[in-house]
Amino acid sequence: MTTKRIIPCLDVKDGRVVKGTNFVNLRDAGDAIELAEKYSQEGADELVFLDITASIEKRKTLVEFVRETARAVSMPFTVGGGISDIYDIENLLRAGADKVSLNTSIVKNPQLIAEAAKNFGSQAIVAAIDVNKTADGYRVFIKGGREATPLEGIAWCRRVEELGAGEILLTSMHCDGTRNGYDIEMLSEIQSFLQIPVIASGGAGEFKHFLDAFVEGKADACLAAGLFHFGEMSIKDLKQYLSNNGLNIRI
Amino acid sequence: MIGIVNYGAGNTASVSYALERLGVPFILSNSAAELEKCSKIIFPGVGSAEAAMNKLKEYELIDYLKNTRKPLLGICLGMQMFASFSEEGNIECLNIIETKCLKFRDKNVKIPNMGWSSITLESSSRLFEGIPAGAYFYFAHSFYIPLNNYTIAASENGQPFTASLRKDNFYGVQFHPEKSSDAGMKVLNNFVEII
Repeated sequence: MTTKRIIPCLDVKDGRVVKGTNFVNLRDAGDAIELAEKYSQEGADELVFLDITASIEKRKTLVEFVRETARAVSMPFTVGGGISDIYDIENLLRAGADKVSLNTSIVKNPQLIAEAAKNFGSQAIVAAIDVNKTADGYRVFIKGGREATPLEGIAWCRRVEELGAGEILLTSMHCDGTRNGYDIEMLSEIQSFLQIPVIASGGAGEFKHFLDAFVEGKADACLAAGLFHFGEMSIKDLKQYLSNNGLNIRI
Repeated sequence: MIGIVNYGAGNTASVSYALERLGVPFILSNSAAELEKCSKIIFPGVGSAEAAMNKLKEYELIDYLKNTRKPLLGICLGMQMFASFSEEGNIECLNIIETKCLKFRDKNVKIPNMGWSSITLESSSRLFEGIPAGAYFYFAHSFYIPLNNYTIAASENGQPFTASLRKDNFYGVQFHPEKSSDAGMKVLNNFVEII
């Protein structure tokens, strides 16, 4: 049986890791490849690299960075941020990324999911969905959370699965950086519709938040960033805690 | 010298980096003549079965792969291509092993099967020598080969499936050894060193 995954997210800018709180106020947390190696040793199940400058400045992503990382570590990783077309996807996968995460580009062109899944397999295509809870429900945001779209969050999750995405990385912007826990309600709601795995993102602050996301939110994986980078939480200790609480965890 | 079949599979770079980390010399080639000069062959695979078969046809590699006597390791889609038929595109594959490659259908499991699973050894093989019981490997797939006479390790996703198989000189792993940390590197090293 597949274990529940813990995924550190490394927001990358110029090959350095940074992490924002509510997507602003960046703090430098270190060298990305050094961190990747450290996380591999600590037992992280996967890594996600998000080029946070890419979708804002239209900068082409990180093929060289991906290549260096794939050279350094024997673990799966996803890369995202500003990936706009099938050629970007191909270059990143060929350089050694296992998956690409697509966000703004698939809102603008949903068929990109279908095209990418057909060419590279669904397992390589992660739909990254940023939602904010508003008075009229879950609203999908793009461009690093800066631009609202007309899309409703749950409907968009269902749509990306239909189009062939292999996984959803669901970031709850209203929880991100708060350290008050993941959005259990939304996680649990989408699980009744979806067959593809869901990565919970946004709001982790303590061990129990992860346990709640896995048990009540039925998430397949939990993602966190600053919490891990600044040494506040050890992945080893977190995984031991989850295992002690009866979850199927790779220790 | 290890020959990596270079036919456009998505994980070709990752497999070659893993061999670099092991310090094992290798070449990337889509020529049967060049591959035949190598001592062993690695047949990677990420993508779709249909696209992969088309590439193998284009490079005239089908007969070579079916008939080589060199030890050959198929990884993920590479192993699935050993089947006679795949439901992914409903196409004929290499027919090295008489089995079908099927799609996961259980409504109660996640598809793709994505993440780390432990495996159960069904028979002893040098491929898994020195691997501790309960070791985890990284899987990412929507299609699977059912358990059969050639299965040497099993895993499960709602139902059991072949995690590794061997028929004569043909070895296959459904998981990605190149991405499976120490245990995965040990499997690759076993293939290179002691098979």
